[in-house]
This record gives sequence, structure tokens and C-alpha cells, in this order.
Amino acid sequence: MNYQPSGHDFVVENPAQQKFFVNREVFVSPDVFEREKRAIFDRCWVYVGHGSELKNPGDFKTRPVAGRPVIFCRDREGTVRALINCCRHRGALVCREREGNARQFYCMYHGWTYHPDGRLKSVPGEDAYGGTFDKSEMGLVPVPRLDHYRDFYFANFDAEAVDLATYLGKAKDYIDLVIDQSPSGRMQIISGTQEYDIRANWKLLVENSVDDYHLVSTHSTWLNYMRNSGVNVTPPKGELLPTRGFGKDLGNGHLTTDNPNYRGRPVAKWISVYGEDAKADIDAMRNELVARLGSARAARVADTNRNLAIFPNLVINDGSSVTVRHFYPVAPDRMHVTAWALGPVEETEAQRARRLHAFLTFYGPGGFATPDDVAALEAAQLGFAAWREVPWSDLSRGMGKARDEQLATDEGHLRVFWRKWNEMMEGRP
Amino acid sequence: MNEMLAATVSRAEVEDLFYHEADLLDSWRLDEWLDLLTEDAAYYVPPNDRPDADARYTLFTIADDMVRLRERIIRLKDPNCHAEYPQSRTRRMIGNVRVTGSEGDLICAAANFIVHRFRYNDLDRVFVGHYRYKLKRQGGRLKIAERRAILDAQELGQLGSVSFIL
Repeated sequence: MNYQPSGHDFVVENPAQQKFFVNREVFVSPDVFEREKRAIFDRCWVYVGHGSELKNPGDFKTRPVAGRPVIFCRDREGTVRALINCCRHRGALVCREREGNARQFYCMYHGWTYHPDGRLKSVPGEDAYGGTFDKSEMGLVPVPRLDHYRDFYFANFDAEAVDLATYLGKAKDYIDLVIDQSPSGRMQIISGTQEYDIRANWKLLVENSVDDYHLVSTHSTWLNYMRNSGVNVTPPKGELLPTRGFGKDLGNGHLTTDNPNYRGRPVAKWISVYGEDAKADIDAMRNELVARLGSARAARVADTNRNLAIFPNLVINDGSSVTVRHFYPVAPDRMHVTAWALGPVEETEAQRARRLHAFLTFYGPGGFATPDDVAALEAAQLGFAAWREVPWSDLSRGMGKARDEQLATDEGHLRVFWRKWNEMMEGRP
Repeated sequence: MNEMLAATVSRAEVEDLFYHEADLLDSWRLDEWLDLLTEDAAYYVPPNDRPDADARYTLFTIADDMVRLRERIIRLKDPNCHAEYPQSRTRRMIGNVRVTGSEGDLICAAANFIVHRFRYNDLDRVFVGHYRYKLKRQGGRLKIAERRAILDAQELGQLGSVSFIL
């Protein structure tokens, strides 16, 4: 008889039975949704943006970070800042544009103005405040902590949190693999943002982003496209996928897939979709990698695909293109997704076009795969209406195998996320 | 602009083409729709934050050449295209049709659209925007060489996926 858990825990792990369950209440509960904001999003390093989005002094982007309105900007001295977009006087947004270049931020309510570094610049009728008013203490409030790793900027609303480098831990190695594609070590966010809602709980997208088990059933039409384009996507006998890859625990709730590439890489693994014309160009990029990094590291960069999930809500997919995608819950059953393409700054027009073409074939709201992921997540969310009668999601694949034997089609790496999630929700350090 | 070329097509002829196209798409007659396109046609949905961008340098929502567009239709007809199975019901309102000029041997035309999309277990999602077309006269028929569907929404947001032909 199959083991079924009892009790009220959200995450149930039973090694003896080789079972791991998550209670579906975590996907529907307004109480869990509220508690996650404080227990997770206010304590973790959450993604803000990439330094390349702010090319010049005064450049800014406004975006929500952990539910707060934030101005992500580069001040006149070139320092990157994340300022809470909220006037010190009566609270209105001081910047209501999506992006731009600002000499100052001007609150349209009563006319207070702030420098791009946050300092309060001027207050109409300042004399009415008497002698106790100190402008130097009334600047825009920065997020409590802001730091970056290789131009990926993160904020933390917990002033006591560990530093970003410690937090990222072994995930840094996988970010390094992404950056190593660029000869100068500089990657950039490519213009054009994909922003869309999914009517499903945000944690489902963490699972989905790294879950290779669903590829054949959810994405058969994409596999057909690859096959029609001359790419061999037929799994060897006894395998679920064309190549055998692994799911890895990177510590601190971070995890990744690590798969031998079969679906092509703009840097630098040719497939027939790119066309014969691209072969020489991709060979040259491969040679540059080998000369710069040595053949072993070059193969690591160019012959593996990695979907990296940084706890709690940032995913970097480095494969047929590079996507940077983060998502934030707006309700128990709805998340808001923001995704960008990332590429080496040196790319030629042809290389960039190839990268974007590959991105769009699979990813995004008009791709051949992402809309089916969205459909799967929304179908799961609809099913969760019966969470009381059918309470447990099963994430037991690969239980009983050693840690370094967990396949990307197993669920060992998904369990890494859930253990961390549970630990933080229970208030353990 | 080649005034002479633009003058070879009437608004009524362009309207007939757009209305016919809308009917084919709403009734999921996708192979017949493909037949309205030239052999080297392109279909674009620019990103909401860069409506005027060029797909060579910018991440679009959709940027199909004819090879990928044919593959998109193969996908849309497959019951394993989960985002469109069961298929959406759509209803397109096309208005403000204008012949706007020409580029080389292409006639430029524009129209506004409202596309209502209804799905299983889902609310009405309303896609509002405008089309920019490049049309080509081939063997007496007016064909579509390029269609660009530009959404007015600041972001896709609650519209979700663009998994049907917009």
C-alpha cells in the first residue's frame, strides 16, 4: 500500500518510504501568501535588475521589488542605487515613468524634488517647517541592502541578512559559467521585456523552471519543431530525454539542472536550425572560448545547458539562449513574471539575431514552449481547488538515490527548494 | 512613398482582405490563412515596452519568418499544443483601415484591432492594438508580406500568453 502522510505539516519527508510530499494548501492559502511575504521575500536577497540596464548616469527603471515600488537607477557619479519610490512628505510615487533618464525625481503632489542619488534637493516653502527640518535626513529611502554579483543586482529588506556572496554560495559558479560566454566577461540585458501574469502560485514556476520530467509530455510540439528542423531529439532507449543530465543542490535553497547540450547554443554549439551559414561563425566562437578558457572550461560553458534557480524567485536559463526571469506573487493563485534575454556585449548583429531567434522558439509568451508551461501551471492551480480532498503533491522521484545521482528528470533538486521554503516558513535560520 | 503604387489599391480592397483574414483566423482555418501570405512573409508581435523596435536587436514576443510561422501552424493544429487545446474562441473587430503608403513594391496599410479571446475555464481577455501591414500584389491577388500586431497594453500582464495568431 502506498504511503500517504497524515498531520498538518506543509512539507513531509519520509526517507524510509522514499516519499516526499507537499501539501497543496501552500498554493491556495491567503495566510501562506501573506506569511511568505514576511518570512521569505523580506529575508532573502531578491533580484532587482542588471547593471547593463542602466548605461548612463541618470538612467532609471521603476519596478516592484518584493512588493515595494523601487527606482533602480545610476546616479550622477555612476553608482547604482535602489531607492524606494515613495515621497518622504506624503508618500506619492516620485517617479511614474517605466524608464528613462532623470536629472531629478519630482513629486507631482507637492513638488518635492530629489537627486538621482536620493538626496532631497528642494522643498517648496521650506521655511514653513521651522528650524527643526533637516533636509539631509529626508532623502528617498534606499532598500536596506543592495549588492551585486557580476552585475546582477539584488536587494535585501532584512538589514541583518548575510552578505550576497555568502548567500549565493555555490550558485556563483553557475553565474560564472553564464558570464564566461563573453570574451570581456560582460553580458548585457537585451532590449525588450516580456511581462505577463500566470494564474498560478509562484512556487509552481520555480518547480517548472528546473523540472525536466515534463519536457516530453508538455513540450512535444516543440520537440516536433526541433525534429522537423533536423535536430536529433530522440532519447536513447530507456531514457526520458535526448541526453542524461543531473539536478543539483547548490546549498541555501539554490539549485540547478546540469545537462549535456542537445538543443544548440549560440555560444557555441551549432545545430541545423542555425543554418549552414552560421557554422564557421560558431566554430570561431568556440575557438575563442578554448583559447581563453582552455578546452575543459570551454566545453563546460558550451556543451552543457543549465537552468539555475536562485532562491526564492530568480531563474537563469543558460541553454539555447540565456533568459533572466523572475516572478513575484500578486495573489495565492497569481504571479507576475518578468523575463529578459541576456547576451555577450560583443555579439555581432548576426549572432544577436541567432540568439533572439532561438530564445523565441522556446521561451516567452509567444514561444513554442512557455505558453504550454503556463497552461500546465494553470491546470494545476485549477486542480488545487480540491486541495482538501486531494491534498498531497508528490515530489518523490529519485528518493533513495544518492545525492550525486539525482537526474534532472528526478525531483531531488525540487526538494531542495521545498526544504528551504519550509525551513524559512517555520522560522528556522 | 510611391504614390502611384499606393493608388493601385483601394481601401475597400484592403478591408476585404483584412476582414477575410479575421474570419479565417477566428474560425481556425489556419492553412487557408497561410495562403494569404507571401512565401517570404513575416509575422511580428513587438514587446509591449518597445512597440517600434527591430526584431534583429530586440527581444520580441513573436518574430516569425515563414519557416517558423509554418511550424507555428503545425503546432497550433496539434492537440498537444496545450496552450490552445481546447482552442481559444476569438472574435476580431477590425477598424480604421487605411492605406498608408508604400515601400518599394510593397503597399503599406494599417488597421486597429480588438481581439476578444475566450478559453476553457477563463474570463474574456481583450487584446487591443493596431496592425501595420506590408502587402504585395501577386498574380492579381493582394498578399500579406508582413504583419505586425502592436499591442497598446503597457505589458501583457493579465493577457497572459499570445499562443494564438494575434
